[in-house]
Amino acid sequence: MKEKSIRTPLAKARGLGAAKSGTDHWWETRLTSIALLPLTFAGIVIVMAVVGSNHAATVQILGSPIVAIIMLLFIFATTYHMKLGAQAVIEDYIHSKPLKTALLIVNTFLCIFLWLACTFAILKLSFGV
Amino acid sequence: MVEFTLPKNSRITEGKVWPAPQGAQNLREYRVYRWNPDDGKNPSIDTYSVDLDDCGPMVLDALIWIKNKIDPTLTLRRSCREGVCGSCAMNIDGENTLACTKDMAEISGPIRVYPLPHEKVVKDLIPDLSNFFAQHALIQPWLQTETPAPEKEWKQSREDREKLDGLYECILCACCSTSCPEYWWNPDRYLGPATLLHAYRWVIDSRDESTGERLDQLEDPFRLYRCVTILNCSKACPKGLNPAKAIAELKKLMVERQKI
Repeated sequence: MKEKSIRTPLAKARGLGAAKSGTDHWWETRLTSIALLPLTFAGIVIVMAVVGSNHAATVQILGSPIVAIIMLLFIFATTYHMKLGAQAVIEDYIHSKPLKTALLIVNTFLCIFLWLACTFAILKLSFGV
Repeated sequence: MVEFTLPKNSRITEGKVWPAPQGAQNLREYRVYRWNPDDGKNPSIDTYSVDLDDCGPMVLDALIWIKNKIDPTLTLRRSCREGVCGSCAMNIDGENTLACTKDMAEISGPIRVYPLPHEKVVKDLIPDLSNFFAQHALIQPWLQTETPAPEKEWKQSREDREKLDGLYECILCACCSTSCPEYWWNPDRYLGPATLLHAYRWVIDSRDESTGERLDQLEDPFRLYRCVTILNCSKACPKGLNPAKAIAELKKLMVERQKI
């Protein structure tokens, strides 16, 4: 809206047209929110349980199948939800195209890295490689 | 980045204090946003004293009184003066509403009157709504059919007609859209609550045969999905409508046709 333009308001409003996507993002945000209601609670309980434990006890708790699976789900839902949410914030507030593009890329990479690093840690405790 | 402060040429300065009319007993202070595109100055707030014994009860009555009795240069849009045309939408006492239906007795202290937020100002209290109306045109707000038109009217059951209640009453005053932070940040791509309410009004019209194409037009991360249910729109609407609910219904239809 900043530059003066002789394009008609309708041409500007139509822009590049509808992207024919967006529902996936909205739906997946809700799915991860629902999943995180019990998972966040469980995740906090598990972390509280290992606070102050020595290494062997921590490995035993986090390495047990049920706990490990809950933690893996918790990690996946959190990092995926984080990726979707941060993307929406960037799209809202960042209007410089190069900066926006860079941040969207960094956001995706960072969330995938966090997901993989946390998952790797839990799997290492489970399988003790 | 998003702008948190006004650009230099939009910073508001203290304007003229107009003398109170002589002999008036019952005065009310008005602080009104003034900006003239021709004088090169920053916007300012002028102070007026309105004689309530000589003026109607609504904010619009006072603005017209000011224009007639004190300062003919004060510029504003108005037409029906009874909440039907949507012309006199402005920001009064910090809220977007229609000046003609806002009772000044509901406001305490000096009455602050500004143009609708986050639109370019044409002059004084008049915002440039050309993008707003272009977005309304984008959703093609008319009945679309392929079936040859019947000899008389397109028929609609009583129940289907009732689905349009709470939607058809919208007068496109832009109070809702210009109260929405998402619309402030992305007015070029997000359609805003008023346009989306109208879009929903045509999507659920039982006589319309373009429902799918209408939803296709809205299937977009910006056009529809910028809405994060802030609800300023429903709070602002001077007609008591609920644009946020209409937007939520659109999202439900999107999910219905893709996921469920």
